Amino acid sequence: MNFEHTEERRMLADSLNRFIAEQYDFETRDRIVKSAPGFSREIWRQFAELGVIGALFREADGGFGGAGFDIAVVFEALGRGLVVEPLLGSAILAGDAIAAAGNEAQRALLADIIDGTSIASFAHDEPGTHYELARVHTRAERSGGQWVLNGAKAVVQQGEHADLFVVSARTAGAAGDEAGISLFLLPAGTPGLSVRGCPVIDGGRVAELTLTDVRLDAGALLGAENQGYLTLERAAGRGVLALCAEALGAMEVVKTATLEYLRTRKQFGTLIGSFQALQHRMADLLLEIEQARSAVINAAAALDAERLPRERALAAAKVSIGRIGALVAEESIQLHGGIGMTWELPLAHYAKRLVMIDHQLGDEDHHLQRFIALGKRLAA
Amino acid sequence: MDLNFTAEEELFRSEVRAFLADKLPAHLSHKVANGKHLSKSDMEQWHAILNARGWLANHWPVEHGGPGWSAAEKFIFEHECGLANAPRIVPFGVSMLGPVLIKYGNEAQKRYWLPRILDGSDWWCQGYSEPGAGSDLAAVKTTAVRDGDHYIVDGQKTWTTLGQHANMIFCLVRTNREAKKQQGISFLLIDMATPGVEVRPIITLEGEHEVNEVFFTGVRVPVENLVGEEDKGWTCAKYLLTYERTNIAGVGLSVAALERLKRISAQQTRNGRPLDEDPSFAARVARVEIDLENMKTTNLRVIAAVAGGGVPGAESSMLKICGTEIRQEILSLTRRAMGPYARPFIPEALEGGYTGMQVGPEAAASAAAQYFNNRKLSIFGGSNEIQKNIISKMILGL
Repeated sequence: MNFEHTEERRMLADSLNRFIAEQYDFETRDRIVKSAPGFSREIWRQFAELGVIGALFREADGGFGGAGFDIAVVFEALGRGLVVEPLLGSAILAGDAIAAAGNEAQRALLADIIDGTSIASFAHDEPGTHYELARVHTRAERSGGQWVLNGAKAVVQQGEHADLFVVSARTAGAAGDEAGISLFLLPAGTPGLSVRGCPVIDGGRVAELTLTDVRLDAGALLGAENQGYLTLERAAGRGVLALCAEALGAMEVVKTATLEYLRTRKQFGTLIGSFQALQHRMADLLLEIEQARSAVINAAAALDAERLPRERALAAAKVSIGRIGALVAEESIQLHGGIGMTWELPLAHYAKRLVMIDHQLGDEDHHLQRFIALGKRLAA
Repeated sequence: MDLNFTAEEELFRSEVRAFLADKLPAHLSHKVANGKHLSKSDMEQWHAILNARGWLANHWPVEHGGPGWSAAEKFIFEHECGLANAPRIVPFGVSMLGPVLIKYGNEAQKRYWLPRILDGSDWWCQGYSEPGAGSDLAAVKTTAVRDGDHYIVDGQKTWTTLGQHANMIFCLVRTNREAKKQQGISFLLIDMATPGVEVRPIITLEGEHEVNEVFFTGVRVPVENLVGEEDKGWTCAKYLLTYERTNIAGVGLSVAALERLKRISAQQTRNGRPLDEDPSFAARVARVEIDLENMKTTNLRVIAAVAGGGVPGAESSMLKICGTEIRQEILSLTRRAMGPYARPFIPEALEGGYTGMQVGPEAAASAAAQYFNNRKLSIFGGSNEIQKNIISKMILGL
């Protein structure tokens, strides 16, 4: 039993934390999220140089990490800085799908993703699917030697600026079936693909994609036909871990800021931190954040385990983070009072991100149902 | 980062399992598993079995009869005992007084009292709380006035758990009324057979006799029964409360209780289906299971920090809150799982050898009583609100 990170991971975390503290302060971040692209190409390039993207890939895929605790360390640091650059979409979700299911030619794309010259995006959710991984309506049909895709993809991270999409589409079965889902590599700018971008409340931008008779060559199929579900689940699982770790980093910042406020803000002639009603709420937050940290550790440790225990630990973590993230956000705003309601306070932006993390890759309710279902399958 | 126990620790786990399979009497584990009451001789029997193996005082130093276990080994032992439905070790002598004597007792006290804790010659109870000193423990009013070679003790203790079985009580008494609150308290060992000691039962809300009031009227206690210095007993009192806390979260007990809840909810039905398929009930069980999985790791993190040279200080307050809330929730769900059969309550059915009328499933007999009895978890050992005060002061610096 050992809860220390390896020397390499500690060094990675240190350099990433330092970079974020020096180059990604609140004003910089605020400027970035308000800019037209909603992220910074320059920061992205620097992340790549620092090896942050490479740390998320295995050596066999051209990286130098890719284990659960690599993802946890990186995303905890990103969470501390409220980083909006597309590490989740490009490296974790799309990148992992390509690494796991790609043929040699497709896996050759990973080098550009890892060195930051190419941004990939994961276009899977659809309007009305509400996190359900197997509910894919978008269809891909064979036509001559090509695939023709029709459908819509919802709330795609960095959809406007991706060079390449990993798109899920149904090639057999009914919406909701795990079998019959196939994955495709779709280059940006392909005729028939329309991209409508918009900002999100927690910073950065997303896009709604519409696919109208999008024609792809046979070589665009990623992995075996009809067998895309397990690749999706694996990539989404890594994404869940990343989001949970990101939330943990954000919680740490919120905790420190709120404590600082309780120690300096005076009302009724005394520090508000001396009031027991507030002390106990803060003690609860501390306790819950430590439980969240344990959830992230459990999920990271299970990432390379067999499918059922792995997915169950990931679901447990997402349930924990969903509940605790919203609690930390709501309580920290309440403990700050009026000032917690303002844009000028960084805390408010952390609170928004913490709550919105529950809206990515499955919320608390979704993962609670999943945890129950997986538990039954484990017991059977 | 590695959540696995070492090969040696896993070997130790097998050793504990083999011991429990071999030595834990079935009549004891059956009682524990079904929430039945353990008699004095049940508890003494289990202590004797553990003592014969050298595992009774598992956190004492080796020179006083401890096995020399690491924090991880203690955790494994507690965990496996919980899973096997072993009776819990009665803590008052082994876990509370023992460490205080080892740290603050003189040589004569150690030589005399420690072996008697191990071999069961003495059954200790705890004289801490008083009617006016609960969470505010330092407000104790029971007095000890020096009279030659004796102290004369007058006053009242309360919530004395299993005091009806005890022949000895360790007490916080006030030896100096002039000094400030925490000073002026002394730590005194009192023979309950001394004239002037009277034990009266307190019946708790579910009808059980587990706790007592103890009255002292002109009780003469030899001065050699003073532990540590006169007026410095608060140091002993605090040490006792913080000494052994790696198991304060009670992970093993909660894991066992959750297993039991799952077995019960698979057998009960709602809407013609097993209760564990009911979405709202399944969701509540899943939530507490997730909290427990998280707490297991939180607990191990604290243990690892201790092994690395840290001291479990206020972190144990977090584990106490978390652990008690989780156990209370599991017991609450167990009560709910019994449906209407949670209400019929035949107190005798919780005693060993009961052969009378059985109403509903066997597990129903104790479900509500256990739920009510364990409301105590968030009150004793420093209420959960007191724990939050400690966290607030010691960790948050508020």
